[in-house]
Amino acid sequence: MTSPAKPDPLSRRRFLGGAALAGAGLAGTGLARAETGKPDPLITEVQDWSRYLGEGVDKRPYGTPSRFEKHVIRRDVSWLTASPESSVNFTPLHELDGIITPSGLCFERHHGGIADIEPASHRLMIHGLVEKPLVFTMEDIKRMPRQNRIYFLECAANSGMEWRGAQLNGCQFTHGMVHNVMYTGVPLKLLLAEAGVKTTAKWLLLEGADSSGMNRSLPLEKALDDVLIAFAMNGEALRPEQGYPLRAVIPGWEGNLWVKWLRRIEVGDQPWQAREETSKYTDLLADGRSRRFTFFMDAKSVVTNPSPQAPLKQKGRNVLSGLAWSGRGTIKRVDVTLDGGKNWQHARIDGPVLDKSLTRFYVDFDWAGQDLLIQSRAIDSTGYLQPTKEELRKVRGTNSIYHNNGIQTWHVKANGETENVEIG
Amino acid sequence: MSRSVNPVLLAGFAAVVVLAAAPLIAQTKPPAKQAQTHPPAKAAPAPAPAAKLGLGREALPEEIKAWDIAVRPDGKGLPPGKGTVKQGDEIFQAQCASCHGEFGQGNNRWPVLAGGMGSLKSDRPEKTIGSFWPDLSTVFDYVRRAMPYGNAQSLSPNELYAVTAYLLYLNDIVKDEDFELSDKNFTSVKLPNAAAFYDDDRETTEKAFWGKEPCMSNCKPEVKITGRAAVLDVTPDSKSAPKVD
Repeated sequence: MTSPAKPDPLSRRRFLGGAALAGAGLAGTGLARAETGKPDPLITEVQDWSRYLGEGVDKRPYGTPSRFEKHVIRRDVSWLTASPESSVNFTPLHELDGIITPSGLCFERHHGGIADIEPASHRLMIHGLVEKPLVFTMEDIKRMPRQNRIYFLECAANSGMEWRGAQLNGCQFTHGMVHNVMYTGVPLKLLLAEAGVKTTAKWLLLEGADSSGMNRSLPLEKALDDVLIAFAMNGEALRPEQGYPLRAVIPGWEGNLWVKWLRRIEVGDQPWQAREETSKYTDLLADGRSRRFTFFMDAKSVVTNPSPQAPLKQKGRNVLSGLAWSGRGTIKRVDVTLDGGKNWQHARIDGPVLDKSLTRFYVDFDWAGQDLLIQSRAIDSTGYLQPTKEELRKVRGTNSIYHNNGIQTWHVKANGETENVEIG
Repeated sequence: MSRSVNPVLLAGFAAVVVLAAAPLIAQTKPPAKQAQTHPPAKAAPAPAPAAKLGLGREALPEEIKAWDIAVRPDGKGLPPGKGTVKQGDEIFQAQCASCHGEFGQGNNRWPVLAGGMGSLKSDRPEKTIGSFWPDLSTVFDYVRRAMPYGNAQSLSPNELYAVTAYLLYLNDIVKDEDFELSDKNFTSVKLPNAAAFYDDDRETTEKAFWGKEPCMSNCKPEVKITGRAAVLDVTPDSKSAPKVD
């Protein structure tokens, strides 16, 4: 005999929206009862989960997170775009740890919705300046030598809403267009070798099978270096929203190039000047001219906890946590300030430090309840130092939209409430 | 570059050996235990066999023709065809205006296609085909592959030339309603902002971001908050979040 599990009244966790934090900061969540001299009933009384049987192995053939984690989801900002099929949502960075993003929380960006493709119906064509144009099935691709690599994917528009000043209250919204997973795929170099690239070739066109026919030009040099044509992420097939059954992986370069539902690679001698590399993904500078083909994602970091959606709740010992990454190599060092940049300390990097991958850092600190102005700054293996937003605006103006890798500031108030601010 | 062998522990039981061709991260605080590095792609032992794998089959000419829809600025990829501004107007009002507006002014948050001339240095630049786009081929290519939204790849070559001609008219690049755009005269049309694009030069113009030794203590006398997100109050909250059951 089993009894249905009862909801636990003491496990209420409410999502703290950016503007609805008043009084939420130091509310007595998890105060040990013993402090009041009364024994904690969670200890002294037998709880349902300790008495009754839980669900069996036949109940969750594909597991999902605990029901107490329902607030940990991708969120979108409805006013940003005209339609949800050509839009974006954001990874809840403040709810995650380590360096791997769970597949179901990797931010989505589509231009014509999620293509629904049966692998047996998918084809990859390589043609153009090649000895022999070829068509591959998924079966063909899975018979080729494959590699496993962990890479971050960051949208070039990540933090784009912050160019003119602090706007969105939460690192999910300011920095959530980034994720980091392990890909399994075939080096593009091998696929190109099968077709035989002609000596006049300089550029490739990558094209998706979705209803936007997403197309981007890619320099051949990069394609022959470290580009993967991936069919798996985090050990399982790509998720539909991440390009199932096949996507391009362009390590360290802007996410828009990582064409999903990849169906065609044309080999040519010049870029195509597609809509996504001209009218979009060009960086408009203050003089009215625009940079194009700004592929690299510069070194960047953000403190994920505390942050507006994850305020401080307890005085005393706390863990500050964050992420750093660079499209040009590895993260060498991360510095953190708690006083708005007067003084800095080296953060403790923990976990794998990989090329073109998210890197996790921590500062274990004591908080006496004073206001904090928290920032992090990253230095990568090329010696690039993450600039302040002001330094970036000086060289780029405020109309660029893309490639905002400026230093982020969080203001922690006495009640723990945390806000996205800018400082001078 | 020193080569060292690092044991990588995966899932606590499988030990895999990788060749690391990058220096371990210099740690100023306690060193990261088990810092791992990818073998950079260049140094990775490429799994390329000596001979071709012989996988995949030859693409047939009809198959290449069916998928080869990209158009380049030099006209490569343009299909034979033609269409006038007037014809384009009719197609646009029937199939495009509901989102983009009768004159390409854009409804709601749908893209604005015309106007914005001279706005690129202003606080609110309006990036349209006339004010921003460098190449006409991009218009043809994009409409051909992605428009009308929700009914992609449905316009005939003649309709594509006509719609493209109408967009030129909306942007005052052609003034005559009888103007006919075709594969013959296509590359003679230049867009106004074509010369305003240049290749990524961050490594020279932003050189100052490299090689700095940043200040660690007593870096500034005072700090002032100059901007706050809560003032704008545009952040979605739990009320606007999707329901997950």
